[in-house]
Amino acid sequence: MSELRQQIEQAIAGGRFPEAKAAIDRMWASGASPATASFLVRCLDKIRGQAPLVPFKIRILRSFTVEPAVPLLRAGALAGGIDLTVDLGEFNAYAQEFLDPSSPLYTGGYRAVVLAVATRDLTPELWDDFADLAPAEVEHSVARAVEQYRNWITLFRSRTAASLIVHGLEMPPVQAMGVYDGQAGAQGQQAAIAAINAGLARVAAETPGVYVLDFDGLIARRGRDHWYDATKWFTVRMPMRAENLAAVAAEWLRFVHPLAGRSAKVVVTDLDNTLWGGVVGEDGLEGIRVHRDEHKGAPYWMLQRALADLRRRGVLLAIASKNNPAEAMEAIENHPGMLLRGSDFSATRISWNPKAQSLREIAAELNVGLDSLVFVDDNPVEREHIRMELPEVAVIELPAEAAGYARAVRDCPLLERLSISAEDRERAAMYAAQAERRRLEEQTTGSVEDFYRSLDQRVTVAIAGAGAGAAMIARVAQLTQKTNQFNLTTKRYGEAEIAAMAADPSCAVLGVTVTDRFGDNGLVGVCLLRLDGAVAAIDTFLMSCRVIGRTVETAILAAAAGHARARGASRIEGWFLPTRKNAPSREFYARHGFTMVEETEAGTRWSLDLAQGAPESPAWIRLEILDEGGPGQAGGQAGGGKETVLA
Amino acid sequence: MNDAIFERVRTMMADTFSVPLDQMTAESSPDTIETWDSIQHLNLVMALEEEFGVQFEPEEIEQLLSVELVAALVSEKKKEIGVS
Repeated sequence: MSELRQQIEQAIAGGRFPEAKAAIDRMWASGASPATASFLVRCLDKIRGQAPLVPFKIRILRSFTVEPAVPLLRAGALAGGIDLTVDLGEFNAYAQEFLDPSSPLYTGGYRAVVLAVATRDLTPELWDDFADLAPAEVEHSVARAVEQYRNWITLFRSRTAASLIVHGLEMPPVQAMGVYDGQAGAQGQQAAIAAINAGLARVAAETPGVYVLDFDGLIARRGRDHWYDATKWFTVRMPMRAENLAAVAAEWLRFVHPLAGRSAKVVVTDLDNTLWGGVVGEDGLEGIRVHRDEHKGAPYWMLQRALADLRRRGVLLAIASKNNPAEAMEAIENHPGMLLRGSDFSATRISWNPKAQSLREIAAELNVGLDSLVFVDDNPVEREHIRMELPEVAVIELPAEAAGYARAVRDCPLLERLSISAEDRERAAMYAAQAERRRLEEQTTGSVEDFYRSLDQRVTVAIAGAGAGAAMIARVAQLTQKTNQFNLTTKRYGEAEIAAMAADPSCAVLGVTVTDRFGDNGLVGVCLLRLDGAVAAIDTFLMSCRVIGRTVETAILAAAAGHARARGASRIEGWFLPTRKNAPSREFYARHGFTMVEETEAGTRWSLDLAQGAPESPAWIRLEILDEGGPGQAGGQAGGGKETVLA
Repeated sequence: MNDAIFERVRTMMADTFSVPLDQMTAESSPDTIETWDSIQHLNLVMALEEEFGVQFEPEEIEQLLSVELVAALVSEKKKEIGVS
């Protein structure tokens, strides 16, 4: 560890930042601990500016001491590309903070809030005095706890658009009534705590932007007998042992990553000794090991299962392997033990090229940035090669034993999602259709308009009302968080913020779905308008990279301008705020007849007079507008009051 | 006292209190290190317990008031649990 430390310090002193970052990642992956956290935070502060960091600010409301976990949380966030500011509420002041409209909870500008309350603090009667309670008292205690959660969450949602992560309650280390607890039905101690957690989960599911953290599950994974520290609890109100602090910080990060928009979209995996045991070029199809139910092959099948699960979350899979393509593909397609097959992978690079080159090609083929890739490889040399050559790529540090591979992949916070849409589940299939589209584009010999016409595109713009479906709100928020390339302002919003805009008469939330002859692309575009009298301001205008280059943006603009006019606007305006990634949208305003009216360091502001006629949708796109009749709606548009169905 | 433990403790304390290593001496204490407050003291205790696999009693935690004292107590504790 001290060698790694020296290497990091020397690399920073010598200005060799990729080397420093690679060593920091390795140190972090090989053992996050309170002892290394402060050192890493200091190092990462020094290399700040060498890599882009996403700023994010959270507040932790708590009933116990969490201070020693904060350096671990900040170090982990920095290692993952997030510059995290963490403020803590006073001890046991969470109820007051929820109730008081002027509390820092509401005025502090937080993007997310963690509510970390222990069972012994929320319901001391269920924790310490359970044996004394009559059945009616247990029921009362459960109902009261759920009602408290409901009140706090309702108040929170009405006063701030920040996300809320609520710790579920943990079970006691032993049950007050011993094994009888399991025989007491709903009257048991564990059953009562589970009932509160179920009530909390219901409230969270009903409220946008509220998420439950399974704190009891975390304790169980770490081992309940190795979790608590009674002495620390009585002396410094710290319920857990030092060795568990890193796990608490890591669990918080699994929520912070998707909320901050620092998520990966593609897992690139190696083949030999990663997706299967053995080397196909040497051992042959018969010699490699992968099997659901055989001890040497099972660890690899488990990794494939983890990857298949990620695919269902909307994460794309790709292969980067040094192999003879024919042999490797034969194993993928024909080995009887394989769970994944060639069609599960959205991009494949099997060659003898350096892996950095393969990863660059995969990113280009899938139209994503390098920072959207996660790399999985059993070979530490390849991992180091990627860390040095492509510092933007997240590299998973696999353990020495293959049995731990699946877990290492499942624990990667960049692959967490807080909502999973119908689009996510079908994303891989959509990419296959896109590959087909690209082939068509290459074959089309006529004009580009012929190509557009041949796509047979139908663009549906749904204007969300106060009663917009949760699925649409979630998907719109997700797109603001994930879209980088065709995104004029790159503003990130949570679900609660989008829901608030949909209900706000001075805003309009436009969700765009696109279908074509190859299938349904799902909800792939968003336009957020702020309407103020004669001026409609474009707050956000974005499209998923899946539909870039097909004139869909012109159709969306036509719908947005039409809506703005119907709401009394005579002018539509918007900013273009350049980022490292949004060059594909740079020409948007100029191309659509806008005039630049302001230029600052942040970007340029553009304006278009609608009195002289609104932009029109291209002739080859069938544009449909579904108006859910949002508040402040002046006149009826086509299809007024229709419910938009997403799933 | 074990020199290797002393050096590890000194480094950890420099990290925890965010001071350069050369300013962290055997005699450094809450009186000489400005950032050594009660929260950082708790952070130090947690870091020591995790790093060395030991547990401190509340009375001991109150006595951890210089680099030298910390290193001595860690060495003693590690001897008690039979590791060096």
